[in-house]
Formats: sequence, C-alpha cells, structure tokens
Amino acid sequence: MSGYFSDVVALARKDVLLELRARDTLPAMLLFVASAFVIFHFALPTGTGELAGLGLLWVAIVFTALLGLSRAFVAEREQNVLDGLVLAPSDRSAIWLGKAIAVFAFLALVELAALPLFALFFSGLDGTTVAAVVLADVGICAVGVFLAAMSVATRARELLLPVLFLPLAIPVIVGGVGASVTHAPGRYLGFLALYDALFATICWASFEYVVTE
Amino acid sequence: MIRARGLAKRYGAKRIFDGLDLDVERGGFVVVTGPNGSGKTTLLRLVAGLVLPSAGELEVGIDRGQLGFLAHEALVYRELTALENLDLYGRLYRVPERRERIGMLLERFDLWDARNERTGSFSRGMLQRLALCRTFLHEPTLLLLDEPFSALDTEGAELLERELAARRGAATFLVATHDAKRLAPLATGSLAFA
Repeated sequence: MSGYFSDVVALARKDVLLELRARDTLPAMLLFVASAFVIFHFALPTGTGELAGLGLLWVAIVFTALLGLSRAFVAEREQNVLDGLVLAPSDRSAIWLGKAIAVFAFLALVELAALPLFALFFSGLDGTTVAAVVLADVGICAVGVFLAAMSVATRARELLLPVLFLPLAIPVIVGGVGASVTHAPGRYLGFLALYDALFATICWASFEYVVTE
Repeated sequence: MIRARGLAKRYGAKRIFDGLDLDVERGGFVVVTGPNGSGKTTLLRLVAGLVLPSAGELEVGIDRGQLGFLAHEALVYRELTALENLDLYGRLYRVPERRERIGMLLERFDLWDARNERTGSFSRGMLQRLALCRTFLHEPTLLLLDEPFSALDTEGAELLERELAARRGAATFLVATHDAKRLAPLATGSLAFA
C-alpha cells in the first residue's frame, strides 16, 4: 500500500511541477473566475439578494473547474505519455488519484483567491459555504479527472468533457447551493460527502477500463 | 513468452490484420517487417496490452513491470527534464538504486550533459535516445521496440546495436523495423506483414 501511495505522490508531484513550468492552467483559471465575478457583478441588477450571488458562486466554481479539467491530460496527450504510465506496473488507479489530487490543489489555490474576491463583489462567506466548496471540489475533481481521461482519447474531446461532466456536476450544484443558503446545511454537506464517497469509489475502481481499450 | 493464435485486429470496418499465428520463445529475437500501415505497430501494442484483439488468442508470459516498450513517441513530458522524466519512470517501476541506474544510462546514451534540459528542447534523435533510456531503465525481460533506429545518427545506431547484442538471449525481443538487414545478425526469427 505504501508503494501505491508513493506512486500517487510521484504522479501528483509531476503534475504540480508541469504546471509550475508551463503556467498555462492556473493563470487561465484565475482570470476566468475573476472575470466571471466581475461580469456577474455588473449583470445582476442592484439590490439583487445574497441568494442570487451565492448561486452564481457555484456556477463560477463549476465552470472554472471545467477549464482546469479540460487541460488535465494535455501533457499526456502531446507525447502519448499516457501509454507510458499505463504500462508501468503500478495500479492504474494511481494515475487517476495523482491527477485528481493535482487538479484539486489547483482548484483550491484558485479558490483561495476567488472566495475573497466573491466576498468583495457580493457578500461575505460563512464557514459552511467554505466547507461545501471543499467537499464539492473533491467530487468535481474525482469525477472530472475520470471523464477527462475518458474524453482525451476521442477526437471530440473538447466537446465531450463538458457534455459528460456538467450533468454529473448537477448534484454538486444542488448540494453546494443548498448548504450555502439554508439554515440547516448539515444534510446538504452530508449529501456532498456521500456524492464524493460514491463517485470517488466508482472512478477509482473503474479507471483501469478507461485507460485501456 | 508470446503465443498468438488466429489474432486479428480491426478498427471499425478497417482490417489491420487477420488470423495471425506467432510464437516467440523466451530469449528469442523476432524481427517484424512490412510496409507502412501493415500492422507492425498494432501488433506491438497488442502484445503490450495497450489495445485488445478483435479476435483470436494472445498470451504474453510476463508481468507488466517486466515489459519495455519503445513507441513512435518518446512517452516523456516535454516540460520535464530528461532526469526528471527518468526519475518518474524509475519510481513507478521501483528501479533499485534508481539514481545510479539513470546516471549510467544517460551517460551511455550520451545525454548526461543534457540531463537538466527540458525534453521539449531536444532534437528527434535526442528524444529517441531518451526513449531508449526509459525503455531499458528497469531491465525488462520482454522488449517491444518500434523502429528503434529511427532518428538515430550513425553513432547512436551503433550504440543501440551494441546494447541489443548485449541483451540478446537474456531478454526476449519483438522488433518492428524497416531495416531488417541491420538486425539480421541478432534475429532468431522473423514475421513479415504483407
């Protein structure tokens, strides 16, 4: 098991290193989420309630994550490196977990800047909303990386990822908005945790079939 | 080591090959020849387990970790250095004394001076040398080599010939090439696609 986790660490570390070198995903995600907040700020009529703003926060998070996910396997595609990783003797789910951890780290970094920006433009955020964002990120990364790996092998990859990902992100939106706006967020946080556990298990167990024909 | 019976591969309506029988003994050195698009690369990818056969049986008598696969592409990250790429593969393959082994291969394939350069700046020949380092890194017992002499200069090609000769008998080889004459002295068998 320690060998499995050392593989996961090596693969996640590689993705972080690639992003530090290329710097093409994080800046794009940051710019996108900041632009989205500015557009929402001017698009919403004055006096629009806090609830509408919270709803838009979740829209921005999902689409920012989608931007990062669409780049998740670009480096592997360029040189067919995925073949090299698949041939390695490590469990193939380590490829998924390493990538999901790296994408989670990028998304969390973007949100570290985006959430204060949201508070500046719209309203303050409570701990429950932040907890919901963290739980949502786990689910988004688990499902998104799985689907990104699935779509990377297809010709219509740019179209396929959003088409597959957005329907599966609906429960994340439901749970996230629910936790943010209700006075009893516990069940929504529980729903997000359940979504994470269920989909992470499914993706972990079936990733092997995604990366082999 | 490799046994195929009635092996077939199709992509949709396109037939790559059909009814292929193949036996490669442990320690054998089989050279696969044929024109472009005849199925040489597909056969290697089938044996590597990267694609599944459309029909027939295929048995490969080793674990995945004992397989060395040299593809058309180098299978390395362009934004990582040669050293970082080999270190990643060394970790995934649990290569003992990884750093020493990587250093030795980089020196042998004349890439030591370029070890800290990103592979995106490498020439095609340097990438092929790096790909050979990656392929030999974990001392595989089955080597699947797709056009191993591609892009190598005279010195690189001679070096590779010596490497293959040194491993002949100790490892099993399935080599796709357009230059069968070069490998004729090493070959124990051949397979020609029409």
